[in-house]
Amino acid sequence: MDTTDLARSIDARGMPCPGPLMSLIGAIREGTVGDTIEVLSSDEGSKTDIPAWVAKAGHELVEVLEDDGFSRFVIRKAR
Amino acid sequence: MSPVPARIVVLGGGVGGTLVANLLDKSLGHDAKVTVVDPSGMHDYQPGYLYVALGEASGHWLSRDERTLLRRHVDLAIEEAVRIHPDAQTVQLRSGASIEWDYLVLATGARLMHEEVPGLAEGAFGFYSLPDAERLREELRRFRGGRLLVGVAGIPYKCPPAPVEFTMMVEEYLRKKGMRERSEVTLLSPLNRAFTIESASALIKPIMDERGIELATFFNVEEVDPSAHTVTSLEGEKREYELLVLVPPHRGAQVMIDSDLGDNGGWLPADKYTLQVGDYERIFALGDATNLPISKSGSTAHFEAPVIASRIASQIRGTAPTESYGGRVMCFLETGNGKATALRFDYEHPPVPPQPNRGWHMAKWIFNRAYWETVPQGRLPEHAPGTMPKEVAR
Repeated sequence: MDTTDLARSIDARGMPCPGPLMSLIGAIREGTVGDTIEVLSSDEGSKTDIPAWVAKAGHELVEVLEDDGFSRFVIRKAR
Repeated sequence: MSPVPARIVVLGGGVGGTLVANLLDKSLGHDAKVTVVDPSGMHDYQPGYLYVALGEASGHWLSRDERTLLRRHVDLAIEEAVRIHPDAQTVQLRSGASIEWDYLVLATGARLMHEEVPGLAEGAFGFYSLPDAERLREELRRFRGGRLLVGVAGIPYKCPPAPVEFTMMVEEYLRKKGMRERSEVTLLSPLNRAFTIESASALIKPIMDERGIELATFFNVEEVDPSAHTVTSLEGEKREYELLVLVPPHRGAQVMIDSDLGDNGGWLPADKYTLQVGDYERIFALGDATNLPISKSGSTAHFEAPVIASRIASQIRGTAPTESYGGRVMCFLETGNGKATALRFDYEHPPVPPQPNRGWHMAKWIFNRAYWETVPQGRLPEHAPGTMPKEVAR
């Protein structure tokens, strides 16, 4: 995804669990429907926590990419 | 040695501010003049609110005059700071006066923001302040059974184990009052586990299962409807309740937002090791006031305070600061039935909590009673930074 389409980018690398997920939840609270939000996380727990929360909360996990020592999640606020 | 005493101003007279002030005065003597600025002039022992809510303690032992906890040479100004000017090195006070500093320590804690969640103030009870804990105690006395929900209305919040502790202890309370059969107890967790720390969640979950306490995961409180007795989550779930106990959202001090020192939530950007605020070499922050990814608790402030005191003392003496904060925290976690466990960890070592036992419960009680004579004065030998408990030192 082109980063210019992002409503918000959160660089949570180095932040321990549950920081990355909580930062995403905060961004979803503040965002509007249709916004795409990027989260960069080096926390291993995010690989399960973020997709699980996105599914439970009814949003869309657009993309998960593994990079050098971190994961990039792109989420669309669906409701 | 500096010929004129260095002016050190400490904003906030909680555990962190009081301990920093006393340690600085003790180590620097007449080389420094330390002033604590606190709007109430009273020092509250917040871990006690949990016991007040459950009717196990009264509130009178939880508050003392800050003056009685400070060393004689430390000044106390009962004033509210309204603006900090880092470049001019002054703090503007509500009274209109201004106070000058050479070093500034920010220990302003966290504010409870009940109003940020619609319906929370009217529909939910809490135990994060003495008035809230006393109201909850009275409501529990009136409670005749039903759905009792305990949850968190925002992260970060102070004392991460407290909602779990309250849940475990209120379940025991209901059993003792003969109301357990008529009640359902549920912990609403914002995460997909009971608690932020995985090892502690793994320990707690089987105990919750054994005691019939439901865990509702990914429940980030969005709204309370006091007339319908429902609470709705950001994830779109709605739950009915007879008694709702919520930890309100927290924010840093307004003065940090107004002074452009804090982030959107008012939390101060502090270096995780030196506790210096941003690029300001003479401003430090500790305890709940920082944005550090570590527990907001008195214990954190307790272990951070000696680091700040030592670094400021080094700067004043013209020597290189050597102490740094390794993320050390120690929390008790009550699990009910007269038992507790302990969480001891730092930045590099997650906790390995022991099975709950009576010893840790007793230790918590002794600590609660001994607090006033030990912690604010720096009398606990183990407050020295850099020492790790055996269980986590690998």
